[in-house]
Amino acid sequence: MITTEDTLRKSYEVVIIGSGPAGLATAIELKKLGVNDIIVLERADEAGGNPRHCGHSPFGFREFKRVYFGPAYAKKMVKTAKQLGVKITLNTSVISLGKGGLLTLSTPHGVNQLQAKRVVLSTGIREMPRAPRFVSGQRPAGIMTAGALQSMVYLSGKKPFKKPIIVGSELVSFSAIASCRHAGIKPVAMLEKNQRTTAYRPLGLFPRVLGIKYLLNTQIIDIEGKEQVSGVNVLNQSGEKTHIVCDGVIFTGKFTPEASLLRSANIEIDPNTQGPIIDQFGRCSDPVYFASGNVLRPVETGGWCWNEGVKTAHFVNASLAEKLPSTDTQLTVNNVSNKIKYIVPQRISIEAGKTLTIGMCQFQLRFKTAVKGGGIKLLYNNAEIYDKKLQALPERRVLIAIPEFSRIEFDTNDLVIDYS
Amino acid sequence: MLTKTFDVIVIGAGIVGCAMARQFTLEGASVLTIEKSADILDGASKGNSAILHTGFDAPPDSVEQACIADSYKEYLAIRKKLKLPLLKTSALVTAWTKEEESLLTGILEKAHINGVDDAELITAKSTLSKEPKLSSKVRASIYIPREYVIDPWTAPYVYMLQALQNGAQLMRSTEVISGEFDGEQWLINTSSGTVKGALVINCAGLYGDKLDALLIKETAYEIRPRKGQFIVYDKAASQLVDSIILPVPNEITKGVVVVKTIFGNVLVGPTAEEQKSRDDASVVKETLEALRKKGEEIIPALAGLPITATFAGIRPATEFKDFCIKTYQDKNYISVGGIRSTGLSAALGIAKRVYGDYQKLGKTHAPKSTIIYPENVNQLAETETRDWKKEGNEGIVCHCEWVSQREIKQALTGEMPVGSLAGLKRRTRVTMGRCQGFYCSAKLSELTQGCFKHPMAIGDEK
Repeated sequence: MITTEDTLRKSYEVVIIGSGPAGLATAIELKKLGVNDIIVLERADEAGGNPRHCGHSPFGFREFKRVYFGPAYAKKMVKTAKQLGVKITLNTSVISLGKGGLLTLSTPHGVNQLQAKRVVLSTGIREMPRAPRFVSGQRPAGIMTAGALQSMVYLSGKKPFKKPIIVGSELVSFSAIASCRHAGIKPVAMLEKNQRTTAYRPLGLFPRVLGIKYLLNTQIIDIEGKEQVSGVNVLNQSGEKTHIVCDGVIFTGKFTPEASLLRSANIEIDPNTQGPIIDQFGRCSDPVYFASGNVLRPVETGGWCWNEGVKTAHFVNASLAEKLPSTDTQLTVNNVSNKIKYIVPQRISIEAGKTLTIGMCQFQLRFKTAVKGGGIKLLYNNAEIYDKKLQALPERRVLIAIPEFSRIEFDTNDLVIDYS
Repeated sequence: MLTKTFDVIVIGAGIVGCAMARQFTLEGASVLTIEKSADILDGASKGNSAILHTGFDAPPDSVEQACIADSYKEYLAIRKKLKLPLLKTSALVTAWTKEEESLLTGILEKAHINGVDDAELITAKSTLSKEPKLSSKVRASIYIPREYVIDPWTAPYVYMLQALQNGAQLMRSTEVISGEFDGEQWLINTSSGTVKGALVINCAGLYGDKLDALLIKETAYEIRPRKGQFIVYDKAASQLVDSIILPVPNEITKGVVVVKTIFGNVLVGPTAEEQKSRDDASVVKETLEALRKKGEEIIPALAGLPITATFAGIRPATEFKDFCIKTYQDKNYISVGGIRSTGLSAALGIAKRVYGDYQKLGKTHAPKSTIIYPENVNQLAETETRDWKKEGNEGIVCHCEWVSQREIKQALTGEMPVGSLAGLKRRTRVTMGRCQGFYCSAKLSELTQGCFKHPMAIGDEK
């Protein structure tokens, strides 16, 4: 244990919630910036976040100049933070986010409150389990997400089934194959409801090479089994129904930000990302709260989240020094294309005379479907400020520079983003 | 094999069986309860809408109405001593069409006949002032101030726990194979050996008619399983609703309810689907989607909120509208069947009534002079002080439902250790939240190692 919550005080300058890549990067960078009165709260009994149970490579190239497997990367991050004197309290769950940064916590010693001048939410992301996917059928044992499987395999050395099927073809889906192999579990099939692999197409070879049936254009329609899963029925593009015998179902991907605390605190949520609505500095609708890392959107790499965390430290530092534009005047970023799934940040704060304006520098976009032949446009008061030809695949990172609003005339109309 | 002859053998440890064991034990009878599942509450009792009904809309003069009314009073009288929670909400029977609106006066009259005198008909405006997030399409409603919400699993668990602490016995993973009444006593052959009792009470729920046929070669009813699917919204939704939003019921069902649970989630359901199977609690995608749509029609702000769970329960309905409680005097046998949708609300009343029927057989005991009340009742309700707020909770394991490690360890040990993962969920709420085990499966499989017949992990790695 790094520190115990015995050392928790009643107030801090900055409280960081979550000790994954984003949270630890923020903490480390704040230390470097000389903001010392900080603490990282971690609800698990070990620091490091999701990479702890991602037993695959590559992690860490961007931040540590070498490649790690997830668990080793998590250890490296935690060690780096420790060396700089970052305090992390484990087994500390934030129960509610109060107005103005008053946090209610639960620790093994019971309920606790602390006050922060700024709070950074780096609570990360999780996969969508079976229930909200509305998959028909019975509810026997052996149904889980890839994350749950990975944590069982890598953290506890447990094996929940022998011959599961894998639903989805995101990066994590292929990582689930690796986790299965690590534990001696033999997946029987991998299903993707679309016609192409969601992750990079060559990965589709991976299951095939291992003798795992790789079924594109195929979706799961129901699950059978009393105590343990006994099989699933799947449907392909031509309407053919097939029964597959298996003893488990791994639902992979469909990531969703872990933003429940924010919802309950009435911090505004973007229905498209399911994460908080932020401005270009990562500030939420209550500007005491900052957010960074995968809580912002589904889903980015550990390295990306780390970088976001570093930037967030600078924004928090500037905010403490009152150097950020106020949130009183904000432009809304208006996505008018039905092809664009989400845009982050969703707001731009503007105040004349402030030197810091562009914040995180880029809008992050994702498309719902593959797009080709059109261009991405930024419009303000009907004037085009950006236009670039673009082709993109769904679920891939697309970036557009955030314009320098100090150089253009602005009022409070929406900033429009379109693809046409 | 137990050599003792019990006064009563209760077959089935659902909500009704648990209340029955408690009632008879406190009245002074020696009681053995047999349950075929690895844990209690594993049949019809595992899925319900967790409401403590006043019985305002039950058929007047029915057994059901009498049991609900009696049970309601009893629950309020004993709940503090048993450390059971109560969410004092209220209910609104909402009318959305002209036709439904015309039925409200009939429902109100029935409520008054049933002794629910404080029920009143209120306008759309008053309805919306009570529930501001309700769709403005509501036309009028009946306000029932004393319809409450309770913890659907802790309550029956504590009934059974109190029975055990006062001398009753419970055999789980024990299935009845056959049985014979020799004129004096019952010899019941089970999968765990033969047991003896002077009288048998059939509380077998979904298998009530089959158990009757097996033991007394006749039955007064036929179980017609009726499935009800539910969806559960995450905690943020609980800010949107304060009372129990009921529709105007029809002949078959009370209809789809929107209710804030005592755990701080929002439940939408159930459907009412007749089916043959007594154990197939499958959910169906299209039905779940329809429930979500229905929920959003009633409370538009539910749109887009995350759904944490979906489940289905099966009610033991019969060809009759009322409960089927029947004494077979010459066989020392009481069948308690067809407790279809108000079991949680009526269980304490049913147990009292059945004890009355038992006395009519000339049987009597000296009630327990000193009654033991459970000391440590874990509080899962958000209305109470949950373990995460207390010193020594050992840290939270399930981060969605805030379940502490100490709560899990306590459920796995003690007087009635849980026998299955499903039982552990009901006892602690672990994995019942939005992530469905993404964050806690590893820890949980370690904590439960060696505890269940069907373990979470079927083997250690490799």
